[in-house]
Amino acid sequence: MDFFFELPLWVQAALKGLAVIAVIFPIAGACSMAERKVSAWIQDRPGPSRAIPPWFAIIPIIGPFLQRLGAFHLLADGGKLLFKEDPLPGHVNKFYFVMAPLVAMIPALSTVAFVPFGAYVSEAKQVVPLILANVDVGLLGVFALASLGVYSLILAGWASNSKYPFLGGVRASAQLISYELSMTLSVLPVFLWINAPGQSGSLSLARVVEYQSQPGFLGGMWFVFLMPVSAFIFLVALFAETNRQPFDMPESEADLVGGFHTEYGSFKWSLFFVAEYSHMTVGSAVFALLFLGGWNPLPWVSLQTLGGWLHLTGHPVVLGILSVLIFIGKVLASIFFFMWVRWTLPRFRYDQVMRIGWKQLLPLSILNLIVYTCIIGGMEYFGHR
Amino acid sequence: MTPHPYAFLALFLAVAVAFPLVMLSVSRVWFWLFQPPKPSTIKNGIYECGLAPTGDSRIQFKAHYYLYAIVFLIFDVEVLFLLPFAVAFTGLSAGALFAMLVFILLLVEGLVWAWHRGHLNWK
Repeated sequence: MDFFFELPLWVQAALKGLAVIAVIFPIAGACSMAERKVSAWIQDRPGPSRAIPPWFAIIPIIGPFLQRLGAFHLLADGGKLLFKEDPLPGHVNKFYFVMAPLVAMIPALSTVAFVPFGAYVSEAKQVVPLILANVDVGLLGVFALASLGVYSLILAGWASNSKYPFLGGVRASAQLISYELSMTLSVLPVFLWINAPGQSGSLSLARVVEYQSQPGFLGGMWFVFLMPVSAFIFLVALFAETNRQPFDMPESEADLVGGFHTEYGSFKWSLFFVAEYSHMTVGSAVFALLFLGGWNPLPWVSLQTLGGWLHLTGHPVVLGILSVLIFIGKVLASIFFFMWVRWTLPRFRYDQVMRIGWKQLLPLSILNLIVYTCIIGGMEYFGHR
Repeated sequence: MTPHPYAFLALFLAVAVAFPLVMLSVSRVWFWLFQPPKPSTIKNGIYECGLAPTGDSRIQFKAHYYLYAIVFLIFDVEVLFLLPFAVAFTGLSAGALFAMLVFILLLVEGLVWAWHRGHLNWK
């Protein structure tokens, strides 16, 4: 593995970028398959389990397994969406109609650059986070780019020149901006905590993980235990920001047909869903980093401790791969939670969505911020940190 | 040469633009080669649950959406000021902390005002 570090830095960078893209796309794609399997599992039915090409069926074990998993349904769906007629209805505003799905992809993919996905423990016991753009404003970057997603919905709704998409678009914009406030306010206590005395201030997500892997009772505690209210608000706002059930307002198919994408078809339609799933993946990753300890295997057990237990201290690359796997495991578990909620809770009504956002989550997150400001300020004043 | 951290952002933005463009052009090429266009008035019509569309598609919508957007704008700017506060929290004196709590109370006051005026009620 040493040869990797002898390559020119920009080659390393390009390889890292490629690796991240090669992981994110399959996860986002497999989500649509997992969605159907999870829904089938929750509703106690087999789900997609039939399609298989005949020359694949003769492979023992793997063939039937992929068939039961419904993997070929995913491929067939992708092929269908790519090759079916791409209609451009006569009444739409063509330029913005085509632009909207492109705009949807930009925040979905570019936020990945700010998300650390593992750690490399060097020989000198220094933890180097694996991250593409290691900047101090990591979280701010994720929020800034992710909130651009609202433009694609409002553009799609407006450019469709049709009633249902328009209503879906305005609903979406009002919902997304409402929950953004609570989301930002809910993560502030985390950054109050990690910007401890004697350190330069930072909004970096890698720093958050570093603070969840320290020795001691409070040091090793995941923020989901230290700040449960923040974690709850962040999770609820994340559901709303990614348009997942029970906040499925923009595309509530019961009252708005398909919401903002009613007039879309074939591949332009599917781009919205690739964007939604990669949004969900990145959102789960940020949640895992902020509140679930990032790549630390268990609360109070940091990655280095695990490396010590498994006698991996001399093998930084193995430990690095292990950290990435732990992190991906947490992200997948969090995505499963998204699907679980989707198939368990009914959808809220629009007035309920607005009430929850403005009258319940926002006051709760402000109160949460004030309480944690006082507690952390008090702890620093009396010298407990 | 160490790449600038924001170079990755540029790279991912480029990929995010290129990926859908490539896919859409593949489906366009397929369209040109193998799919004769068969437009019809029904296919090109506005979708309204299978019925003939009525009236203008630019419908009136509730002014409430605007109210929420305006309230959001005010709150968002205030929340932005809280982010530097969180970063600079390391070296703040007790007086600065108190000043920041007053600032948060101003934010609460705005919320209470909008609540009291009924702007947050969805009617």
